[in-house]
Amino acid sequence: MSTDVEPPGADEVAAQTAATAAPEVIADSFGEYVKIWWTRVRSGESGALPVILGLVVIVVYFQARSSLFLSAGNLVNLIEQAAWIVTLGMAEVFVLLLGEIDLSIGYTSAIGAVFTCWLLVPPDPAPWPLAVLVGLAFPAVFGLIEGVIITWLRLPSFVVTLAGQLAALGLLLSIINTAAPGSGGTIRLYNNVLNDIENGAMSPLTGWIVTAAAVVLGGALMLTRDSRRRAGGLAAPPPSVTWLKVAAMAVAGVVVVLIGNTNRGVGFVVVQGVPWVILVVLVVLVGWSFLLGRTRFGRYVYAIGGNAEAARRAGINLSRIRILAFVLAGLTAGIVGIIYASQLGSVSSNVPGGQNVLYAVAAAVIGGTSLFGGRGKMLGAVLGGLIVAVIYNGLQLLGLGASPQYIWTAVVLLAAVTIDTVARRSQART
Amino acid sequence: MTNPSADDARPATAGRAPAPDPGQPGPARQDPAETAVARAPATAAVNGDEPLLRLVGVGKNFGPVRALTDINLDVPQGQVTALVGDNGAGKSTLIKTIAGIWTQDAGEILWEGKPVRLHSPKDASALGIATVYQDLALADNLDIVQNMFLGREPVRHWVLDETTMEKDAKRTLADLSVVTVRSVRQPVGSLSGGQRQAVAVARAVLRQARLVILDEPTAALGVTQTRVVLDLIRRLKDQGIAVIVISHNLNDVMTVADRVAVLRLGQMVSVGPLSQYDAQSIVDLMTTGTSKRLAGVPAEPSSGSSSEH
Repeated sequence: MSTDVEPPGADEVAAQTAATAAPEVIADSFGEYVKIWWTRVRSGESGALPVILGLVVIVVYFQARSSLFLSAGNLVNLIEQAAWIVTLGMAEVFVLLLGEIDLSIGYTSAIGAVFTCWLLVPPDPAPWPLAVLVGLAFPAVFGLIEGVIITWLRLPSFVVTLAGQLAALGLLLSIINTAAPGSGGTIRLYNNVLNDIENGAMSPLTGWIVTAAAVVLGGALMLTRDSRRRAGGLAAPPPSVTWLKVAAMAVAGVVVVLIGNTNRGVGFVVVQGVPWVILVVLVVLVGWSFLLGRTRFGRYVYAIGGNAEAARRAGINLSRIRILAFVLAGLTAGIVGIIYASQLGSVSSNVPGGQNVLYAVAAAVIGGTSLFGGRGKMLGAVLGGLIVAVIYNGLQLLGLGASPQYIWTAVVLLAAVTIDTVARRSQART
Repeated sequence: MTNPSADDARPATAGRAPAPDPGQPGPARQDPAETAVARAPATAAVNGDEPLLRLVGVGKNFGPVRALTDINLDVPQGQVTALVGDNGAGKSTLIKTIAGIWTQDAGEILWEGKPVRLHSPKDASALGIATVYQDLALADNLDIVQNMFLGREPVRHWVLDETTMEKDAKRTLADLSVVTVRSVRQPVGSLSGGQRQAVAVARAVLRQARLVILDEPTAALGVTQTRVVLDLIRRLKDQGIAVIVISHNLNDVMTVADRVAVLRLGQMVSVGPLSQYDAQSIVDLMTTGTSKRLAGVPAEPSSGSSSEH
């Protein structure tokens, strides 16, 4: 009866462990790291890999069909198109992780942008940071109200935010008509700083400096984290793995800057530089990933999504976390509104807010976020959003209309949900 | 594991003893306390005479339904008290009363000899009472460390202190000899039933629980996993923690318990050291309230409750 004897099946357990614990925390060497990683991939715990593979396949297909696809001009165009989908996808991750959904943020983001544009209308525009603040605040407050209704009245978020979507569309129409009467439901964005988010670019030198700073900062963070774990006597990823990751980060940064710095102008006009919007998306990605991964709030979001009853018994205030998640989804949608307005140079009452939010959900789910809650990452939403954008961009480049674009997005979404569900089932069986 | 001969000396009257009578069970209780509680000397020394938890005449009604009537029970530290009874005997009501989910309508709860009122689960956990329910309340998508610290994560400048958490979790699991877990960073969803139970118990220990209540810990487990959990219960005991185990499995009770408390129809029909019982007598007590096989001491219904008829 002694515990010193490992019960039969311990080997089995160890093998299972290898398949479920991240290699970062158990591998001792590079070889073992790769082995564990591969076991995980085969058991469906593959993280970002299938999304990246899917992205590569789609990119190769479009490049084969049109040599223009991987041209610098089109890639920068793609980035500018992807920015809002990616960011709206990140907004949706907050609530999807809880097992909830927010259908209203497509329109609330537009309302926020209308407020921003309104405040910047000449002759005496408000300072642009103030206008941005108001533009972010409106969707956040809207999310707050929805969150309060959902948690206090215990209503399903699907219905509450569907009502929110309709209400927001109504508000959008009336606010635009007040802000820009007689304009046919369109309000221009007059501020150059905000217009430059999508339409302006860093100087080639700034692009290099920003990339170098990002890589050095990210690398330093990863390396200090490893060394702190080792100092504490805990397992840390092999240095070779960490350096490989830093190198991959650097390569990705260099590629982006090289693409951005290529002259994409026509004729004698020189257009080059990395669009600023990349920096905006990167800051949102890093900030929200940090919030979800390294703070109590983030931990509680995952806990509630995984087992709300367990979270409640652990003393977590479920209502507060849920409401905060809806507020953050709204706040992020506010950022999307600014990006959207910057891309178009205006906000229109014709904005397809309902469709945009479904693209956002698709982006998050394609990127590995589970609709059942508890699983998913911000980075996944970025990759998933890129896939949605690539399909859109590629089919447009091929001169195909909206029809195949919708159908292909549908196919990819269905594939992603299938992969998610099959992975869950195979896990449940072990 | 236990010392039955020491237990033999103790009267089987905890259930029937009128409450303010520390003298009677006192001296006899010293013996096992010295052996089993050796690792928790501070509390043992201060309150050597008092059991960690004592229920005196506790009753609980739900409207006209008397779920518990005049329950007397001593739970000494460093010992495993098995709470047995048929379905509807009041086991769940009793542990929920101890866990602070329900407040008793009659009687007193004494913690280290001092009367306490448990109005909420928070009151109970503040005293060091931890309950591990059958569903374990673990989030499958979180890893072992994250589950163990859920709701009490240490932070440094708003950032989770993962290094401290992982070290403490590892140490606690090592103390409980949970050897089969390869990494404390694997998601709880990937663990076996026994391992999951171990994580839930380790969470209680990590939070400095002094009384751990286990609700049917082996109900859904196979032979190997059951053994893992029973070993775990012994480790808890070795650490000086008082354990209450609810179980339907008399084999488990006979294997791991130091004391047995039998509930029937909301009344405590018998309490005593394990040595007084065998499996058949426990079954008799559970089903009829009496047993002819009780070693030495005739089983009697709990005091004051005979008026029920």
